[in-house]
Order: sequence, then C-alpha cells, then structure tokens
Amino acid sequence: VCACVRESVCERERESVCECVREGVLFLSQSPEAACLSAEDISPSSNGPRDDDPDDLFAEATEEVSLDSPERQPILSDGPSPAITPVTPVMISPRVDDEDEEENRDTFDIQISVSDPEKVGDGMNAYMVYKVTTKTSLSIFSRDEVCVKRRFSDFLGLYSKLASKYMHMGYIVPPAPEKSIVGMTKVKVGKEDLSSVEFVEKRRSALERYLLRTVKHPALLKDPDVLQFLESSELPRAVSTQALSGAGILRMVNKAADAVNKMTIKMNESDAWFEEKQQQFENLDVQLRKLHASVESLVCHRKELSVNTASFAKSAAMLGNSEDHTALSRALSQLAEVEEKIDQLHQDQSYADFYLISELLGDYVRLITAVKGVFDQRMKAWAKWQDAQVMLQRKREAEAKLQYANKPDKLQQATDEIREWEGKVQQGERDFEQISKNIRREVGRFEKDRVKDFRVVIIKYLESLVHTQQQLIKYWEAFLPEAKAIA
Amino acid sequence: MTSISEDSDKEKVRSVSVDLNNDASLVIDIPDALCERDKVKFTIHIKTTLSSFQKSEFSVPRQHEDFIWLHDTIVETEEYAGLIIPPAPPKPDFEGPREKMHKLGEGESSMTKEEYAKMKQELEAEYLAVFKKTVQVHEVFLQRLSSHPMFRKDRNFQIFLEYDQDLTVRRKNAKEMFGGFFKNMVKSADEVLISGVKEVDEFFEQEKIFLLDYSSKIKDATAKAEKMTRSHKNVADDYNHISGAMNSIAADNNTAFKKHLEKCAEVFEKLRKLEDRVASDQELKLTELLRYYTRDIQAAKDLLYRRARALADYENSNKTLDKARLKGKDIAQAEENQKQCLRKFDKLSESGKKELTSFKARRVVAFRKNLIEMTELEIKHAKNSMSLLQGSIEILNSN
Repeated sequence: VCACVRESVCERERESVCECVREGVLFLSQSPEAACLSAEDISPSSNGPRDDDPDDLFAEATEEVSLDSPERQPILSDGPSPAITPVTPVMISPRVDDEDEEENRDTFDIQISVSDPEKVGDGMNAYMVYKVTTKTSLSIFSRDEVCVKRRFSDFLGLYSKLASKYMHMGYIVPPAPEKSIVGMTKVKVGKEDLSSVEFVEKRRSALERYLLRTVKHPALLKDPDVLQFLESSELPRAVSTQALSGAGILRMVNKAADAVNKMTIKMNESDAWFEEKQQQFENLDVQLRKLHASVESLVCHRKELSVNTASFAKSAAMLGNSEDHTALSRALSQLAEVEEKIDQLHQDQSYADFYLISELLGDYVRLITAVKGVFDQRMKAWAKWQDAQVMLQRKREAEAKLQYANKPDKLQQATDEIREWEGKVQQGERDFEQISKNIRREVGRFEKDRVKDFRVVIIKYLESLVHTQQQLIKYWEAFLPEAKAIA
Repeated sequence: MTSISEDSDKEKVRSVSVDLNNDASLVIDIPDALCERDKVKFTIHIKTTLSSFQKSEFSVPRQHEDFIWLHDTIVETEEYAGLIIPPAPPKPDFEGPREKMHKLGEGESSMTKEEYAKMKQELEAEYLAVFKKTVQVHEVFLQRLSSHPMFRKDRNFQIFLEYDQDLTVRRKNAKEMFGGFFKNMVKSADEVLISGVKEVDEFFEQEKIFLLDYSSKIKDATAKAEKMTRSHKNVADDYNHISGAMNSIAADNNTAFKKHLEKCAEVFEKLRKLEDRVASDQELKLTELLRYYTRDIQAAKDLLYRRARALADYENSNKTLDKARLKGKDIAQAEENQKQCLRKFDKLSESGKKELTSFKARRVVAFRKNLIEMTELEIKHAKNSMSLLQGSIEILNSN
C-alpha cells in the first residue's frame, strides 16, 4: 500500500499502487536533491514517476516477480553503502529491456583463462603477475581476443569496486580468492619447492574461477570496471586492498559495525519466502562447511596414501634385492614397480579430489557468505526505511507543535523538512522493494547455477575415479602373470 | 611345488603358509572362536588316524595363553635345537574395535539413528576382521606343528590337543616368564655371536648373510605395508563422512536435485565399502604375510644362533681338552665333553640345513600364493568399483 495512504493523508485508496503518485500529485514529488543523499548519485534521470516507461518502478513494486524473467532493472543507486575505495563515478543509464533480453538469449560466449604466473621483483616486494586472456564474440568487448597482465591485488580491487556498487542492491557479487600471507611469503622468498609451486597453481586456478563466475553474472559482465579489468593494458593500482592500509582498517571497522547492527535490527518479516530462504541458507552454510571439511580430509588422506605407497614400493624393492630365490626376487621387484605406479595414481587422484571438488566447495562456502550478506543488505534497507518513517513522524509532530505555537518562519522550515522526509520514506520503501526483487532473482539464478555446477562437477569427479580404477586394473593385470611365474 | 598350491587354491584354506593339511593322518583346524571380554577361546578341531590319539575326531577349547605355553615348552626342548620352531601367534588385539565401541557408547545420544546403526555395522566389520586374523594365525601355528615329522610327535603337543581340561595349571608361572625375558636379552647379545663366529660351512655362511639382511628388510616392509593399509582405511572413512554430509544436504532440498544428491551419497557409501574391502584384503594377503614371515625369519635366526652357540661350545671344549692334556688331569672327561659337543654341533648342522632349505621352499610358495590372491582381489575390487561408477554416471547423466 502506498505510503500516502498509510499516513492517512491521501483519501484516494487504490488497490495496489497509489494513483496519486501516478498522476503526479505533488504530495510525493521529489526533487533530485531530496533523492540524492550522497555525492555519488549515479542516475541522471529523475526518480519521479514516468507513465510511459515500462520500467516504472511503482508499477512493478507489488508484482510477483517470476524467477525466470530476464527483466533488467535500471541500475539506480541511491546512497551506496560506505565504500572506501574511490569509485570512479560511472554513468549507468537505465537500459531498455529488449536489448538485454536479446543478449541473454545469445549463447554465453566468453572464455577467460588465467595463466603463466611470473614472479616480478624479489624479496618482500616481489609479487606474481598472471596473464588474463579473454576470448569472446560478445559485442561489448572491443576485440575478440585480449591479453592483459594482472596481479593479485588487481583482482581484489575489482571485487572491492563491484561489491561497493552492487551488493547493497541485492546482487550476489562473487567473492575474490582469499589472501594468504604465509603462502605468498614463501613464494616471495623464492623457494622453488613443491609447496610454493602448488600454492601458485592453487591461486591461479582460484583466480580463473573467480573471473568466470563474475562474468557469468549478466549485470557484472557489462560493468565498465569488469571490462576495463579484462581489456585495458594499464590498470591503476588498487592500493586500498592491502590489509594494513587505512582503507583496510576502515573496512574492518565497518564490518564490525555491520555485525553489531545486524544483531540489533529486529525485522518484521512479512514475506515468508525470505524467512524460508534465509533459514535454508543458514542450514546450507553449515552443511556445506561440513562437506568441505570431509573432502579436505579426503584430499589429505589420499596424499598420505600416495606417500605411504611410494614408501612401501621402495621397501619392497629392497626386500626383492635381499631375496635369494631368483624368481621371487624378480616378482618382488615387479611388485615394487607396480606400487610405484600406483602411488602416482593416488597422487593424481588427490589433485582431482582437490581441484574438482574441494576448491569448488570452498568457493561455494564463500558464495553462501555473500548470499547471506545480501540478505543482510535487505535488512539494512528495511531499517533505513523504518528510520525514515520514524523521522517523518517526528517532523510531523514538530510541525504540529509549531502550528500551535504560531511561528510562521519556523513553520515553513518544518514543512520543508516534512517534504524531505516524505521523499526519503518513499525512496526507502522503493529501495526496499527493489532489493527484495533483486534478491529473489539473484537467489533463483544462484540456485540454478549451483545445481548445474554440482551436476557437472560430480560427473567429472566420478569419471576421474573411473580412470583411476581402469589404471589399477591395467597395472594389476600386468603383474598377475609375474606372480604366477614364481616357481 | 606348484601342485601343492594349486590344490590349496581349490580348498578353502586360510593359511598364510602353504597348505599344511595335506597329510590326512593329522588334520587340525579352528572352526570357531569365542570372544569373552579380554579372552578369546578357540575351538580346536582334530581329525586323526594316528594310534597315539585316543579318538579319531574331537574338539577341545583352548586360550591364547595355552598356545604360548606350548610354544615355549617346544623352544626349551633341547632335542628341537636344530629345528626352526614355528613362531608363536601374537596376542589377539581387539584394541581398535574396543575403542570404537567405547566411542559408540559415548556418542550414542548425539547421533542420529542412521549414524548409530552405520557405526555399529562398521564396528562389527572391524571386529570380524580382527577375529579372522587371529584365528588364522593360531591355526597356522598348530598346522605347522602337525605337519612337521618331529613336532607332531611331541608329547606336549599331544597334551595340548587331547587334555580335556583346563591347561592353566601347566602354564608358565611368573618366575618362568621372567626367565624368558632374561633369555631374550641374552639372545640379542648373542646375535653378535652369530655374525662373529667364523663359519667354515659355505651353506651356513650364505644363510647367515641372507637371514641377517632379509630380517631387517622384511621388518621394514611390514611396517610400510601397515601404514599403507591404514591410509586406505582413512580414505574409506572419508568417503563415509562425505556420504553422510551429502545426505544431510539432500534432506533440506525439495527438488529433483534432492534425488540427485541422494544418488551421489549412495555412490560414496558404496565406494566406501569397496575401499574398505581393498584395505582389509590387502592387510590379510600382504601385511599379514609379511608379518608372519618376519616372525618366521626370526625363528630361523634363532636356529642359527643355537648352532653358533653349539659351535662356540665345541671350540671351548677343544680348548678345555688341550688344557687338560697339558695339565694331565681330567683328560677322559674333557674328551667325552668334546665328543658330545661335536655330536651336538653336527646334529644341529645337519637338521639345520634341512630345515633352512625347506623353509625357503615354504616361503616362496606362501609368497606366490598370497601375491596371486592379493592381485586377483585387487583386480576384482577395481572392476567392481568401475562398474559401480560407470553405472552411477549413466544414471546421474540421464536425470
């Protein structure tokens, strides 16, 4: 129900949307200043009602959003959440739906690979540079194949920008891979051992998955920062991503503040869908973590199995050497060879365990955190709206008092303030409904992707297990005649 | 040699060694065993055509401690110094299952019904595996004795088999046990003796070099095989947890995806069973084989030690005789002593040679049999895994 009806100022009660607004009644008209609360207002167009615009927000405010609809909502932002990194003010104009639908129906034709890690510099100032190659036929890209060099902090910077732009609107922004001080220090110090090679490979793979997931999101794919990241040869260094920078510390403070707020906001959930989904994601979070932990344990034990098999192979070889019966000695040496091949098999399988399943689960654990974050954003939007209503009420009371006190100049100010806060209430409600709508769509997309990802990965994984078993059969069948030949 | 193992392949023989029941005149097996708390009671079943026994077919219950008593009496019998004495079976070790049972009891309240039932099943399987192992090893010990021309006639062996009451009275008391410990300590010092003594006989020289080296290598191989088996079991455990975690995610889903997840959970559960089977078969055929022969090699080394001891005694007796001749006193006594030592040494050398030769033959056949069986089982399990996985992939793809 429209805010003006709720406040019992307007007598015209309509079914879903207040026609006062549609007809441009002054009551809820807004000036650009009232709508923009920060310097980072993005939309050049006004927030006022537009009859002929199919994207009339009010028209759709109470419609049931189907999860399959490819509708695009104009990306309007009012008052972004406290973003520390200076975001280049980008003009995003509301797009027409048709264009977006067409691009959606195109096959998702973009391939991104992250490769060729190279160490630059040395000592503690060293860093790794990765080659990012984008191959695509999509028109938003300037060329169909681009190669750029990026370092880890560039990826973090990209995420930071996207999060500050989209998260408060309810978009699930894929999180970037985590920092690792220990891992990186080893690489910096120049140890060319297996663990640093593995670390770099793990990170390279994670960065690749991160980019693919980011561009899979239809809105993020078109984001100028993403395009710039993928295409431009020079990228301004994202300094504020460092953990110990001023920006980093501010980020931590804000995170803490958010956590406190979350506990104090007691939201009146009127929408059962949100309550259900939130509970579902809480449960899924716990269960995925458990599954992830079990898979990590499998990776570890499989590596151990490989090591122990190799160790047994050596021991069997020594035993074969010591054995004085010729045929048995030969068979034992061959057993040692078989076990050596098998230990390599186990090692390969453990890589499959890790890269196919464990890392994917890790990604999803972090994604779920992002999803939960988006629900929190909705709560914040709701709280803001409620706060605005409280303020409005106070202003109205103040005005009423002033009316009795008969102070005409102060009265005008009061009336102005009322108008200002009415606008804020209206904006708050709009934002709340917008974010709710976005979240419904995002969650739908997330769940579809999750199911698809899992199905694909589990098949790949089972196929890797099949391959291992096939090799085992081969090796043992080759050994059997050797065992039988002992005479 | 090959014919023996072929026969044993057809029969259902569980021994790690060669088929030791090929002589129908005295057939021993352990068809049953009962586990009561700390004690395991084995039911020994004997079938014999020998007149030295009162009945031709009978059974008798025996405890592990009875086996140890029998082994020790045989070791202490001077007459058998020239023989490889079958190693004593190790004490039944139910520590693993017992720990699990404890955990099960403690965690009963915090587990779901399915988890509890599953854990109980696992526990029973582990229990059964330990059980099978210990029965096998006790059985082989008796069969080694029954198939050896000298041991089978041993009086104490007959008592062990026939005495229809508890053998506790005849078992070692604490004092004797300490004597055993002491003897073992002295023995290890005497390993130096074995390597130190100048060997005249080429055969024994070779055997000495071989046994000393082989003994350390097989001990190492046993330890590494044990670690490998344990890793397999850990992997199986992980499959179990993964299956459980998938099931709990599936429980929350209400879509077609739920069926998909449940199917995946099922696959992991089956994989776990297969991996468990691989681990236990590997343990039974490979690790147990190595364990057994580590003990047998030690028994062979003991034979060498006794012979080396006898040689040292003979050399000492020579010195004593020379001294007596010089002094002109107790010459006859010294001569007699020397003759005895020589006789003993010769006897040990002669039977030792026979024993060590047949030991090698026995070892080769046992390794062959177990390596073949292990390989065939590995192939079988891998094929089963493959068909399980391929079938599941098909089902999941068609969903």
